[in-house]
Amino acid sequence: MTMNTTITTTITTPRKPMLDDFLVRAALAGIALALAAGPLGSFVVWRRMAYFGDATSHAAILGVALALATDLPIGLGTLIVALAMAATVSTLAAKGWAMDTTLGVLAHSALAFGLVAVSFLPTVRVDLSAYLFGDILAVSKLDLLYIWTGALAVLALLLWRWQGLLTATLNEDLAHASGLNPDRERLILTLALALTVAVALKVIGALLIAAMLIIPAAAARALSRSPETMAALAAAIGILAVLGGLQLSLTEDTPAGPSIVAVAALIFAISAVFRPRRNG
Amino acid sequence: MTLLSVTHACVRLGGHEVLHDVSLSIAPGEIVTILGPNGSGKSTLLRAALGILPLAGGKITRKLGLRLGYVPQRLTIDRTMPLTAGRFLSLPHRVPPAKARTALEKVGVPEAYDRPMAGLSGGQFQRVLLARALLVEPELLVLDEPTQGLDQPGEAAFYRLIEELRQETGTAVLMVSHDLHVVMAASDRVICLNGHVCCEGTPQVVSNAPEYRALFGLGTQGALALYRHDHDHTHDHEHDHHHHHHHAEKTDA
Repeated sequence: MTMNTTITTTITTPRKPMLDDFLVRAALAGIALALAAGPLGSFVVWRRMAYFGDATSHAAILGVALALATDLPIGLGTLIVALAMAATVSTLAAKGWAMDTTLGVLAHSALAFGLVAVSFLPTVRVDLSAYLFGDILAVSKLDLLYIWTGALAVLALLLWRWQGLLTATLNEDLAHASGLNPDRERLILTLALALTVAVALKVIGALLIAAMLIIPAAAARALSRSPETMAALAAAIGILAVLGGLQLSLTEDTPAGPSIVAVAALIFAISAVFRPRRNG
Repeated sequence: MTLLSVTHACVRLGGHEVLHDVSLSIAPGEIVTILGPNGSGKSTLLRAALGILPLAGGKITRKLGLRLGYVPQRLTIDRTMPLTAGRFLSLPHRVPPAKARTALEKVGVPEAYDRPMAGLSGGQFQRVLLARALLVEPELLVLDEPTQGLDQPGEAAFYRLIEELRQETGTAVLMVSHDLHVVMAASDRVICLNGHVCCEGTPQVVSNAPEYRALFGLGTQGALALYRHDHDHTHDHEHDHHHHHHHAEKTDA
């Protein structure tokens, strides 16, 4: 807000600690999300889990309602409901439900029930759009702590199980024959996804979390020759999108979350042009 | 000594008993082929033997610390995953590049190292899978219809390679096939399966066994009839009486 009133703010701010600048906090929050979403998003793309990501992130709104109703921290409520949703989806998948339809049903019902549930909370003034589209410019120092802790936890999980996750993603029988447990690898991805959703809610909002998972990874695919480069590039593209989106939001006064996703989509479009020819 | 044995195994899938009281064992260095019509539970038996599917009864015994190489029936690598053959060989256990290259040379596809898996031909792809299975220096190689989707020369070449590898490394081989033609040339022992073990023995013994003939509905033509039956739908144009000579053709390799 100070930026709008005095143009000279940028010259006088260096005296203040860096984290006091809301823009620096926003950028740091976005970078944390991009770092986690890049590698995780690559798995979402490889495993064709896009709708799974949607269902889990839309459930976050229900988590917000739960948290507000029970005075739990928003992050915790989101995490619990996202985990419950992810577990439900995994169970139904194991029982052989038609996943495309099931996920379509779950993703949209989670969102609808979440919105309805929030409306039942009479005493709180809920800024719903902050949860739907994120509120990255209002990230506090405490938020930043949560976001970085969550993002680093996701990264650590993925790095720890990287080889096993890749093998199980290729073929579960192959993983099994190598002494791995594909169910455990799937559980780790599910956990990482729920954590990411909790982290991303404040940054990008429930509606666009899946976009931050899929778009940078899809853009990185065209430029990558190995799973590792794709994961790293996806994180880099995510960071670029965060910085570009914040810039756009600042100069054009556009909503920050959607601006970040829009920049990511532009990067994807550019990468699609440079997509190398595929043989076979 | 036995590398792996299945004792009185029963497997149920979706309430339906797919395998009933199946027993088999593999000794070091032998090539055992499980033969049976579609839906006879061949792949189920392999997957149960590997511990992928739970048993409803019976048990699986493995030699302690058995080094096992596995080539799955189908492996589709999603195009969204950039993966060269060299990188694939390092899953899940990382191997030095030199070792990966040696393994690819051994199966005759050294050029695949830097190539994306999605761009390999069917034959190259199967050989890369085999190379990966060889990296653990297996005592037992388990192959689930490894030549699916290969043309006939490719198939023959693949089984010759298996035989060579057995000669060279002394690995035992347990594989699934629906193709007696292949079995005759490359197996020490055949297990004829149709939900249960119908008969078992050398390829010659099995092909003359009444149970085997009943299972495949064979007349006096024996091996040929089975072979023709299973390939009618895809290789009609190739089918003629020249198949009588296949047995002889293979020996010149």
